[in-house]
Amino acid sequence: MSFIRFGAATAVAMALAAMTTGAALAKTDVTLALQLEPPHLDPTSAAAGAIDSVLYANVFEGLTRFASDGSIIPGLAQSWEISEDGKTYTFHLAEGVTFHDGTTMDAEDVKFSLDRARAEDSANAQKALFAAIESVEVVDPQTVKVTLSAPTGNFLFNMAWGDAVIVAPESIEGIKQTPIGTGAFKFTNWVQGDSITLDKNADYWGTPAKLDKVTFKFISDPTAAFAAVMAEDVDIFAGFPAPENLPQFEADPRFQVLKGNTEGETILAMNNKQAPFDNPTVRSAVAHAIDRQAIIDGAMFGLGTPIGTHFAPHNPDYLDLTALSNYDPEKSKALLAEAGFADGFKTTLKLPPPSYARRGGEIIAAQLRAVGIDAEISNLEWAQWLENVFKGKDYGMTIVSHTEPFDIGIYARPDYYFQYDNPQFQADFAELEKTSDPAKRTELIHKLETTIAEDHVNAYLFELGFATIAKKGLKGLWKDAPTQASDMTAVYWDE
Amino acid sequence: MLRYLLRRLLSLVVSLVVASMVIFAMVEVVPGDPAAYMLGLNAQADTLAALREELGLNGSLVARYFDWVGGMVQGDFGTSYTYRTPVAGMVADRVAISLPLALYALALSTAIAFPAGIWAAARRGRAADVTVMGVTQLGVAIPNFWFAMLMVLVFAINLRWFNAGGFAGWDEGFFAAMKSLTLPAIALALPQASILARVMRSSLLDTLNEDFIRTARAKGLTRGQALRRHALGNALIPVLTILGMQFAFLLAGGIIIENVFYLPGLGRLVFQAISARDLIVVESVVMLLVFAVIVVNFVVDLAYAAVDPRLRARL
Repeated sequence: MSFIRFGAATAVAMALAAMTTGAALAKTDVTLALQLEPPHLDPTSAAAGAIDSVLYANVFEGLTRFASDGSIIPGLAQSWEISEDGKTYTFHLAEGVTFHDGTTMDAEDVKFSLDRARAEDSANAQKALFAAIESVEVVDPQTVKVTLSAPTGNFLFNMAWGDAVIVAPESIEGIKQTPIGTGAFKFTNWVQGDSITLDKNADYWGTPAKLDKVTFKFISDPTAAFAAVMAEDVDIFAGFPAPENLPQFEADPRFQVLKGNTEGETILAMNNKQAPFDNPTVRSAVAHAIDRQAIIDGAMFGLGTPIGTHFAPHNPDYLDLTALSNYDPEKSKALLAEAGFADGFKTTLKLPPPSYARRGGEIIAAQLRAVGIDAEISNLEWAQWLENVFKGKDYGMTIVSHTEPFDIGIYARPDYYFQYDNPQFQADFAELEKTSDPAKRTELIHKLETTIAEDHVNAYLFELGFATIAKKGLKGLWKDAPTQASDMTAVYWDE
Repeated sequence: MLRYLLRRLLSLVVSLVVASMVIFAMVEVVPGDPAAYMLGLNAQADTLAALREELGLNGSLVARYFDWVGGMVQGDFGTSYTYRTPVAGMVADRVAISLPLALYALALSTAIAFPAGIWAAARRGRAADVTVMGVTQLGVAIPNFWFAMLMVLVFAINLRWFNAGGFAGWDEGFFAAMKSLTLPAIALALPQASILARVMRSSLLDTLNEDFIRTARAKGLTRGQALRRHALGNALIPVLTILGMQFAFLLAGGIIIENVFYLPGLGRLVFQAISARDLIVVESVVMLLVFAVIVVNFVVDLAYAAVDPRLRARL
């Protein structure tokens, strides 16, 4: 009897041992480092990209969503119909979707989320995305009808933003500390200043996540970032801040390095209403004075793609217009002389903190000096930059990366900080907003891209690169960053 | 004694009031709208106005100052603009890292500096003295962040004895937490220990030249006995002054080290809050640090009295 019991106990012990070793072989957790920590966890009431970097697609989902290549795919809305006049969208929601607190996600939640975002007292940083919505109507629990005041060709794209995710009225109160969404991961813990933990959502309505646990760590200092990856404290660093270290990681057999694009058009913005930049010939002279490759190599260590207009090069509608502002210092000097500045002029170059601006600014100032333009550099903190340059428009030139996807519309806002006021462009953009026919849209987008490139509104430098360093064996990571996200839903260890 | 305490208390209150006014004025005068920072480049004017209202940024400066001070008196430090949680809770979380780190560094620094300083003074002009003086000269000269990076390279990347940074959290147990504070504490302690050792040595040497030491030697004490029994206590006053200053510095001044080791301490909180224009956090944390410095000075004053009977009599 005791012998049998002993035997059974041994069998159980052996089975348990086999199970634990089996579990140990297939690693199911990941530690991912980001440079910036989110200020709070509500993607619908702040511009901070760091919030989306943690929560987008993982915890929160919208009606539609961005895929890794930037295309729009169904999210909580599994399908939709668009009326003939392009003004009514009927969304069919996925069945059996629950929030992480167990409540059901249905048409009422969609109505709540959209109405909250466009309300008068809304704190949504991208309120413009919802401007076209006239009414949101609950047809039945699985169907929502959204009526627009005018046809909006970009509406499905707008609904894919992190600012347009679906939230529940029951959990909105505590969303900034305890985000409750519908995603494949649920929020577990936040040690402020250090890390955020997400656990797999066992009740997920769609394809379940392959990982059981994701820990986000926040390491802002580039040297510390390098050390954390080298010491293998973290498995992934998304958006590695020091491009100069990438060759070292590429040579290391422990790591894989993914180099992709972001939606960040990095531009040398000029104050179009301030002399001498109100003269298009002067702006053209500035554009021709700039050697983009030298900036990419010098400031970004080769990470980045030259652009000739305000549009992401990986987008199918991108036109390569770099030839319109090719590097030609002689031409630049001739244009300056033509504009009456044969001896050059003096201006300001105000730089926000990111390294693309600070390092790039030094190189640009040197390139401008070569054609006779004396750009006096001053370094600003972000808050000062926003106050002084962005809001106060007190600047000659500045460098900034516009990271929102498809943001060419800022050129249709004459009060935007570079103050470009072209009625033709504004009319064309209004036309584009009403158009949903893809061929017609492409044609209009090409026209917009060309207009601002020919007007040399700003000097277009490069598309900001995105580098991810991960341990070998990790699969399913995004290479590009079509929106700020670290989509972990398809990531797994393959060792 | 009571009069002394009352006088100190009054000066403490006056210092705090003046500090609160200076801090508030300085932080509020610097340009930069917190709401604009939070909402970014695409925000609409009505959204900005709504957020400013929500954050209570529309009141007059004077009203906001009294709100802030009034809240602090009742223990309410306000709500962070960016994090949207009570500042008091955030600060408590950060102090739970910064304070142990500062104490750890201070303990290391005294543990190194006292013996080194005494040893050097006792062997003045000999090899031991030259060595201590040389090493401490180097310790003062080496920037602590550089030394920190060097330690990360050796102990985290090559030897893998420590993590490159981060904080394990007190939930993981005392030793795990202390382990993650060890490299930062050493990095912080090195320059402090060097300064302290030099002060200890020179203060002791000064005391050793005093008449009462000659008297002690004359009545038959050895040089070592005279140093231990008579010189050490008398040499402590300048050392305590430096120690008090160092503690204040360690508590507030760990910003760079906290960045190198990505520790979520008080220094990094202020650093982030300044760039994010989280004014209320900046004001409250700086206020807290002022308070800490004043309290530390008070404690140092009391410690003078403890080591010097003459001061005690005068109180």
